[in-house]
Amino acid sequence: MAGVTELIHKYLRHDKKFPHVWCPGCGIGIMLGALIRAIDQCGFAKDEIVLVAGIGCTGRLPVYVDFNTLHTTHGRALTFATGVKLANPKLKVIVVMGDGDAVAIGGNHFIHAARRNIDLTAIILNNSVYGMTGGQFSPTTPYGMRTTTTMFSNVEQAFKISELAVTAGAVFVARGSVYHAKMLDGLLEKAFMKNGFSVVEVVSHCHTQYGRLNRMGTAVEMMQWQKEHAITVEKAAGMADEELADKFKIGVLIDRELPVFQDEYDKVKARAKGISIP
Amino acid sequence: MKKRFNKEKLLQGNEAVVEGALYAGCRFFAGYPITPATEISEVMSQRLPAVDGTFIQMEDEIASMGAVIGASLAGAKSMTATSGPGFSLMQENIGYACIAEVPCVVVNVMRGGPSTGLPTSPAQGDIMQARWGTHGDHPAIALCPSTIRECYELTIKAFNFSEKYRNPVILLLDEVVAHMREKITLGDDRIDIFNRVKPTVPPEWYIPYEDTPFGIPPMANFGEGYRYHVTGLTHDVRGFPTSRPDEIDPFIRRLFRKISQNFSDLQIGESFMTEDADVSVIAYGCVARSAKRAVIDARERGIKAGLLKINTIWPFMRIQVEKVLKTSHCVIVPEMNMGQISREVKRVNKGDAKVFTINKVDSTIITPTEIFNRIREVC
Repeated sequence: MAGVTELIHKYLRHDKKFPHVWCPGCGIGIMLGALIRAIDQCGFAKDEIVLVAGIGCTGRLPVYVDFNTLHTTHGRALTFATGVKLANPKLKVIVVMGDGDAVAIGGNHFIHAARRNIDLTAIILNNSVYGMTGGQFSPTTPYGMRTTTTMFSNVEQAFKISELAVTAGAVFVARGSVYHAKMLDGLLEKAFMKNGFSVVEVVSHCHTQYGRLNRMGTAVEMMQWQKEHAITVEKAAGMADEELADKFKIGVLIDRELPVFQDEYDKVKARAKGISIP
Repeated sequence: MKKRFNKEKLLQGNEAVVEGALYAGCRFFAGYPITPATEISEVMSQRLPAVDGTFIQMEDEIASMGAVIGASLAGAKSMTATSGPGFSLMQENIGYACIAEVPCVVVNVMRGGPSTGLPTSPAQGDIMQARWGTHGDHPAIALCPSTIRECYELTIKAFNFSEKYRNPVILLLDEVVAHMREKITLGDDRIDIFNRVKPTVPPEWYIPYEDTPFGIPPMANFGEGYRYHVTGLTHDVRGFPTSRPDEIDPFIRRLFRKISQNFSDLQIGESFMTEDADVSVIAYGCVARSAKRAVIDARERGIKAGLLKINTIWPFMRIQVEKVLKTSHCVIVPEMNMGQISREVKRVNKGDAKVFTINKVDSTIITPTEIFNRIREVC
């Protein structure tokens, strides 16, 4: 345990005044731990990492870690990351977003980044609610749940972020949860090493807002829920749809090869230099 | 690359903007097709890859502006081009570039508005949007060319200003100037190129938003060993979010000081026969062309007329305008909007001259005759 703490401290910004903004029991800290361990495992230098985030609880994450960090406008993290990556392809660009950030206000950018297949890793912490603004429903709030803007129950259907990413063209898509922290380390490592647009959805909890309104108990009880409702992709393959109705799949959903934007654009540069422009 | 010095060319305004941008060292362009700015994207997509730059067509203007800021932070001189509706979409991220002090150039080819308005017709309705389009108090730099030569030169200057003052610079073209063609000689000029000042201290000493005597802190690019935090939140000198009044106030004031203490460096304009003029015209963009003709016609008929062409729209050229207001009895401000610059002229007028306006919003340009007739009326 002491070794793990030491590792985390190596990557924290000690000149930033702690405490952090997150509630006690929040899952974002677990995700941050997994992120740091995975980066360390992959052997990236601090200088080559650019950590980009949007707005919201998850958006506050980069300020605490000692990388090149960029806290953008709401929903636009992927667009900023696109610019960073294309201007300096040597940088390893990682984007962290919440569910509202990634698939509500930033939904269009998300599907287009996946389609374009730029070498970025998008990590989406899905806690089914807008936490920072006080618990309003998000595009991933399940049907029938209570939030501060759906006090008479949510009448909309929820997005499945990972499945959306698969359809939009991401080359690597995985889902984990903050309960399965060890597994999350591995999923993030795989995503970082993948050339192309990789997505890791992290199922988390917001006991302060979402859990409280839906009587789901403490952070520990909500993580217990994750444990009981997570099914590995391998196990789910042999199960009927009815059995999977209230479950979520964890593990690697897709790992495929498609042309990566930068590689293709290098060819464009070569073609442009070959022909003389009047 | 082929040598292209001292070449006479027949260029469109939009094409001249691209030439200027490439000369200034622009190596990243993100945009979204929109009339009447599309030619800038088209030519950029062909020219940039040949000079190892990157062109990307994004999913919308919000994304374009985001990508431009990201690329600039990673070290590339970056630009986007759009028209009114797209400019409105970019506003949030333009504010981000102001607060995070990210150099970039935004070309807005003005068309008739509001909303979808008149996509293929000229207007000058975005003067105030260029100043106050994004929310909150912020400094603004906006330039407006009226000839193809100026399209080229002001684009270079826009990049220089953005790099020098670490602020987004808006280049306001109107549809007439953007689509008009004129002869231009490229490569005969020696316009200095200004690149952002980088830190020279070791990384552990680097304070990314430090208040320097110039008010402009050196800027490290991502990946150069200076790891720091960039945020749209109001931040302290280290770039970390703050809510302390004693840190917020000096920060916001420094943003304004960057512009105010370098005010004269940002003034680009041209006086034409204003010294002895009874009637002076203050104009910009395509209207300045008509105004010059009208002034020449008036002089031929014995009317002492003059023209102050303002190329710097923001910060407003109040010193030159005040001078004209003092020396002339009457000042006419013709513009293709309901009176956005005339409002500024009236603001700085201390009763020295009578200020008249010509406001045209019917999608057609203001002709020399219209300005000439107004000159005759008022004098």
